[in-house]
Amino acid sequence: MRIHLIDIAHARSGDKGDTANVGVIARKEEYYPLLVKYLTVECVKSHFAGITLGGVERYELPNLHALNFLLHRSLGGGGTQSLKHDAQGKTLSGAMLRMELDIDEHVVLERVHHV
Amino acid sequence: MPGQADRRCFGDMTRVMKETVRIASGQGFWGDLLNAPLDQVRKGPVDYLVMDYLAEVTMSILQKQKRNDPALGYAKDLVPLMQELLPFVLDRGVRVITNGGGVNPVACRDAIFAAARKAGLKGLRIGVVLGDDILSRIDDLGAHNIPLRNMETGEELASVRNCLLSANVYFGAGPIAEALRLGAQIVITGRTTDTGLTLAPMMHEFGWAADDWNRIAAGTIAGHILECGAQASGGNFSADWRSVLDLAHVGFPIAEASPSGDIVITKHPGTGGLVSVQTVKEQLLYEIGDPSRYITPDCIADFTSVRLQPDGPNRVRMTGVRGNAPTDSYKVSMSHLDGYSAFGSLTYSWPEALEKAEAADRIVRTRLADLGLVLDEVRTEFLGYNACHGPLAPKPETVNEVVLRVGVRSKDYTAVERFGKEIAPLVLTGPPGVTGFAGGRPKPSEVVAYWPALIPKSAVTPAVIVEEL
Repeated sequence: MRIHLIDIAHARSGDKGDTANVGVIARKEEYYPLLVKYLTVECVKSHFAGITLGGVERYELPNLHALNFLLHRSLGGGGTQSLKHDAQGKTLSGAMLRMELDIDEHVVLERVHHV
Repeated sequence: MPGQADRRCFGDMTRVMKETVRIASGQGFWGDLLNAPLDQVRKGPVDYLVMDYLAEVTMSILQKQKRNDPALGYAKDLVPLMQELLPFVLDRGVRVITNGGGVNPVACRDAIFAAARKAGLKGLRIGVVLGDDILSRIDDLGAHNIPLRNMETGEELASVRNCLLSANVYFGAGPIAEALRLGAQIVITGRTTDTGLTLAPMMHEFGWAADDWNRIAAGTIAGHILECGAQASGGNFSADWRSVLDLAHVGFPIAEASPSGDIVITKHPGTGGLVSVQTVKEQLLYEIGDPSRYITPDCIADFTSVRLQPDGPNRVRMTGVRGNAPTDSYKVSMSHLDGYSAFGSLTYSWPEALEKAEAADRIVRTRLADLGLVLDEVRTEFLGYNACHGPLAPKPETVNEVVLRVGVRSKDYTAVERFGKEIAPLVLTGPPGVTGFAGGRPKPSEVVAYWPALIPKSAVTPAVIVEEL
C-alpha cells in the first residue's frame, strides 16, 4: 500500500552549521520497523535531491522508536551566510514527512494527517 | 511541594540533601517570551531558573557592542528581568543561572548589582564564570601549537585571522556548580553549554561526582530537553499541533531531578501547552548528531539509552540514561566577518502571480549581469510557493499572490549596495500587479560566519568569582 510518511511518523528539524538534522519518530511503536525498513539513506537522499548537496547519514534510536538523519550541505552555507528564507532548516521536517512510501505491509492508519 | 521543603542558608555544607530539585527553563533563546521566566517563578515552586541566551553568532554581536562601549556586551534584557526576579531570589531562594553574560559577565553582574542597590536590596550574591573569551589569546595559542583549525572543514585559522569577531570556549557545568557551592544566588556566565546550565544545580544539590557518568549524562540530557524552552512543552509540536491547548499561556518545561538521576519533565499546573512522551521525544531529537555520542565538556551522553514513560498528566519520567567520559578538548565557537548580504522582496498578485514573479526575477538577474557586479551568490525564492520545501513543493496551478524574494552575497560591499537599488525599479519597469515595496532600499548587512574549533582543556582555565552586595 502507498502511504505518506506523515501517516506513520512525526518529526523535528534543526541546524548545525550547513548540516540539517531531521529526527523522524514513529507515531506508534509498531510503525518503527517500517521506518527502519523503508526510510533508507538512499531514499532520503533522493527525496532531498536539489536541497541536500552533501551526504546523508542515518542513526537509529530504537528506544525512542526514532531515526535521526543528518543532511549535509543543505542550508545554503548555514548560519548567517545562508540566503535561504529557512536558513535553519526548520521546515525540513515537514519536507521529510511529505515523502510517499510504497510498503508491502498493510497498516491500519488511525486517521490521515494533514494530507 | 517538592523541592520547597528544606530551604537552607546558601553555602551551608551541612544541609540535608533534597529529595527532588525543580529546575525551570526560562528562555529558549535571546528573544524568547519575556514573561516566561516570571511565570516560572510565580506559577509554582521552583528551585532554579535557567536561561539560555546565546546562539552561535550572538557572541559576535555582543563583542561589537563591547567594542563600542566597554560596559556592554551582555544580554541587556537581563537587567530589567532580574529586577523583577530579585524578590524571588532574595525572599524565596530561587537561584538563577544564565549564560546571558555574553562577552562581559562582569558588566552584567555590575548592572544587576546597581539595580539592586537602587532598589535598596542587600545580601545579594552573584557569581560570574570567566575565562571562556580567548579572542585576545589567539596568537599566543597559535604560538603554542594550538592551531584552532576549523573542525568541520579543516581550514587553517590564518585564512580568517584578520577578520575574527569573537572566540569563546564552551565551558560545561563544573564552573557553575562551583559558583553555587560558593553561595551564588545568581550565576552569570559567558559561553557555557546550554546543557551545563541545567546539569550544574543537580551536581551541586546531589553532590554528584564529575565522573559519575550516567548521572552526569542524565542531567545533560535533561538540559537538552530544557534548552529550547517551550519546544519541549507543546511548542512547535508536529505530531498533533491541534491537540496542544492554550499555547497563549504555554508553560515552559521544568526538570524535577532526583539524586538517583531519574528525572521527570513537567510544567506548572494551570499553564497551557503539553508535556507528553511525544513532545519530549521531538525535543530529544532536536539538533543532535550521532545520538549515542552527544559530546559536551561534561560527558558523552547516550541518547539511545533514554527510557521515557508517562508519569501522570503533563509529566514524563526519564530513566536509564548512560554516559561516558568526555573528550580532552573543549569546543571553541569563533566567528568572523565574511562579506555582506542583502535581501529584496516584492509581492505579485493575481492574475498569473507566480509567472510574473518569475519574469521579474529574470529581469533583475539580467540587470545585475549587465552591471557586471561581482556576487558570490544570488538566490531567488517565491514565498507562497517554494521558500520552504524547494523542489519538493508542488507548483500550484494558481495562487492569489506570491512574494518574490531575492538575496545576494558578496565580499564587495558596493556590489551588494548596488543590488539594493535594483529592486524598487521593478515596480514601474516590470510585470504588473506588484506591491509590497516599503521600508526603503535593502541595505547590506555584515555576514558573520561561524568557525568551530577544538582546544585542549589544559589550555584554558575557567575562573569563578562570587561577590556579595
